[in-house]
Amino acid sequence: MLITAILALAAGTYAMRLSGVVLRDRLELSDALQRLLPMAAAALLAALAGTAALMAGSEFAGVARPAGVLVGGLLAWRRAPFVVVVIAAAAVAALLRLAGVP
Amino acid sequence: MGTLKRTLRDVGALAAATLAVGASFGAITIGYGLPAWVPLVMSVLIFAGGSQFLAVGLLAAGNPLAAVLAGLLLNARHLPFGLAVADTIGTRWRDRLIGSHIMTDETVAFALAEPDPAQRRRVYWLVGATLFVTWNTGVALGVLLGGATGDPNAFGLDAAFPAGLIALILPSLRDRDTRRVALAGAAIAVLLTPVLPAGLPVLCALLGLLALVRPPGRRRAPAASGPSADPESAAADSAAAPISGSGAAAGSVTEEARC
Repeated sequence: MLITAILALAAGTYAMRLSGVVLRDRLELSDALQRLLPMAAAALLAALAGTAALMAGSEFAGVARPAGVLVGGLLAWRRAPFVVVVIAAAAVAALLRLAGVP
Repeated sequence: MGTLKRTLRDVGALAAATLAVGASFGAITIGYGLPAWVPLVMSVLIFAGGSQFLAVGLLAAGNPLAAVLAGLLLNARHLPFGLAVADTIGTRWRDRLIGSHIMTDETVAFALAEPDPAQRRRVYWLVGATLFVTWNTGVALGVLLGGATGDPNAFGLDAAFPAGLIALILPSLRDRDTRRVALAGAAIAVLLTPVLPAGLPVLCALLGLLALVRPPGRRRAPAASGPSADPESAAADSAAAPISGSGAAAGSVTEEARC
């Protein structure tokens, strides 16, 4: 039962990954529609970042995580290197938690 | 050379974080009382962290059907991702079959942040291969070490991943249309998260594309008189047309239905 569920999830996930890659060729997309694809990806990634930053499950994620992401986001906006952004976000969240902030 | 070194350093940071989160996935799965092969097989075959965490919780609760459905819903975003990176992966079947499997949020974000097509292709494979190795290594470590790996949230890793994604998409947000679409999509997803099951809110972020639809009054006038005098609004019109069908109202209905 366990292995069936895992294989089903794996096969379905792979099918969705591959179908986007293969369909792109079959679809005769206009230039305008092609321009939308990176925008759609940006919207999905922004949504992932937004929900991961603010929400834990269906509830608000507390203070430490959004604060860390905010600091990381500001550094990214000031064109800080990626490594600095990631480490600063983690450090702020970790230190706030250490100080007892949820 | 400078760019390559910077890319390697960035990927290294992401790889370290992935290793730690992978370890916590392995440890959590064992902690649920599931057999040790479960996290290992899942990480190689599914290779999508968010859905793996979601699925093991449901598997441990004795609900395999829910685990599959919830996992698939969460991973449905890979289809539009695939459309967006298909050109990067290329048309050779060997590349497509392998390249599809290593497609993750981070691989897509890293690749799309790279403007040059050849460099973008290298970055896609570099990030994908690195994360595949580090994720699976981390999971194996987590299985071996069990609870000794600690809670990744204590190290702030839950803040590191969204911050990394923001850093990667920020350059693309300099384009005004992309910025409107992305911000609208993120707002929609966050607002819907409390009310919809996991995965759906992020898919609904595609509704952010409706931010490109201009009010009908402004759209129709230039369209009727041929080429528009306002190149920006013409681009947005033609960009919006394929989604919105015969008009903005019809567009929002089909988008809503898909969501």
